[in-house]
Amino acid sequence: MFEPASIGYSGSARLRPVEALPWVLAVLVYFFAPNYLALGAYVVIIILFALSLDLILGYGGIVTLGHSAYFGFGAYAAGVFAVRVTGDPLLGLAVAAVAAGLLGLATGAVILRTHGLALLMLTLAITSIVFEVANKWTDVTGGADGLHSVPIQPILGLFRFDMFGKTAFLYCLIVLAAGWWLVRTIVHSPFGVSLAGTRENDVRMHAIGAPVYRRRLQAYTISAMLAGIAGGLLTQTTQFVGLSVLGFERSGELLVMLVLGGVRRIYGAFVGPLVFIVAQDYLAKQSPEYWTLGIGVLLIFIVMFARGGLLGLLDRARAKLKGPGR
Amino acid sequence: MSAVLETRALCKSFGALTVADQIEFRLEEGARHALIGPNGAGKTTFINMLTGRLAPTSGSVVLGGEDITRLAQAARVKRGLGRTFQINTLFRDLTVLDNVGLGIAERLGVAGRMWRPASAYRSVRNEAMALLESLGIAADAAARVVDLPYGKQRLVEIAIALGLRPKVLLLDEPAAGVPKVESERILEVLDRLPAEIAILIIEHDMDLVFRFAKRITVLVQGQVLVEGTPDEIAADRRVHEVYLGEGHA
Repeated sequence: MFEPASIGYSGSARLRPVEALPWVLAVLVYFFAPNYLALGAYVVIIILFALSLDLILGYGGIVTLGHSAYFGFGAYAAGVFAVRVTGDPLLGLAVAAVAAGLLGLATGAVILRTHGLALLMLTLAITSIVFEVANKWTDVTGGADGLHSVPIQPILGLFRFDMFGKTAFLYCLIVLAAGWWLVRTIVHSPFGVSLAGTRENDVRMHAIGAPVYRRRLQAYTISAMLAGIAGGLLTQTTQFVGLSVLGFERSGELLVMLVLGGVRRIYGAFVGPLVFIVAQDYLAKQSPEYWTLGIGVLLIFIVMFARGGLLGLLDRARAKLKGPGR
Repeated sequence: MSAVLETRALCKSFGALTVADQIEFRLEEGARHALIGPNGAGKTTFINMLTGRLAPTSGSVVLGGEDITRLAQAARVKRGLGRTFQINTLFRDLTVLDNVGLGIAERLGVAGRMWRPASAYRSVRNEAMALLESLGIAADAAARVVDLPYGKQRLVEIAIALGLRPKVLLLDEPAAGVPKVESERILEVLDRLPAEIAILIIEHDMDLVFRFAKRITVLVQGQVLVEGTPDEIAADRRVHEVYLGEGHA
């Protein structure tokens, strides 16, 4: 039920009933937990961000600590566009997507020529550069103050953003659904198998005549674009963008969330942020000083005893229950 | 007979160390040719220069009359040069079918498609299944490679290369690390390979070499020591010196 969907030439891309679960849950939150819509919208945004990371890290095997560069770049692009041009949300999102996608293409073209540790260092360097640009280019980005009261118009001129966050929540949810569909389609496609091939063995990929670099760059660009859209959503729903969207902490936290939920299973990117952010919200109220300790212990536990994250744990529990023989 | 693959004065040095020294080599159409030599003779280096993993220091590689010395690996594959690896070089976490399907999709030019599920590409799947069938591993199509016994992994190694429909196939120790019983199986597979594929095999298992090859080239310290039929090689005094001197049978 929760095992990763079977992808590849012998797999099946058909939707399984269990895949409706996140959306059912979201609708339940919408109707029965109106006080949590703002937090809910944030969770949905981070899920989209985690999903973008799962595409390159989980499926592509590209280990990065710099994914906040694209999230933040999209967030600023959407913010600056809204302040200077128009507050139309869909146009703003398109601008965020294109801007982050182009940054992904340009930086990926350099980063993906390297492997392993060198690649990791380069992703860190790029985040730092983007961070400093946002910090110093005060005229445009607002520097350390960020951009406040970013204007946002009704979606398609029809749906106004209300003070309860209802519109914002549904808006984020629909964008997430589109991003989820895109990632799901890609990982099941021949391109997805090929991407998995570059992760598993790039020597062999070269030996079968595959354009390894191009495939990885394509995936990286799409991932950057999705991260940028997530960033744009954050700017639009909070009407604020500041340097925190670009911090190295955000990249690290994202990685933690994805590992927590389970890498390379699409829905790990749903479970991780949900558990992490809700736990953070709850623990921060209980124990404002030490809540990160709880998260740390949880992560150590997951890494040591539950490779495959929470969803992996769930799979194994189910396998145990079913008993031996499959 | 004309050569499908040829090297002309091929050299490779790493600093002062010369691992390929003026290698003149011809692989005829439909050949069953073996390259043997003691450890460190430069056999794998030679293969890597043929496939483009390593650039030669000087000399040239000619495939089907075209100079491919400067071409990248992928371009050589497209021109019909396939290879297997001495050490399993597989997509361990993917299924056997996908291991083979990847190469087939690449050859058919559909490997970069994003919008339809891979399972909708029946032609890839059917061809992969037929290939696995012919190698007797169709029953394992859905298994992940990492879960297969080593001998079967060696067959997947060959299957991937065959999926590329090569004109020239370079087999780098196909039976390496395989127990005797299973190496029989691999030899059977090799015997049934389509006659039109020109095959160059590197192998330490002399039994296998002498049963499979119609021609043998002996490489010693980066140089061609001698080339001939299995009988000529078996009778050659210098070959005996090289091997017996090293304690081989």
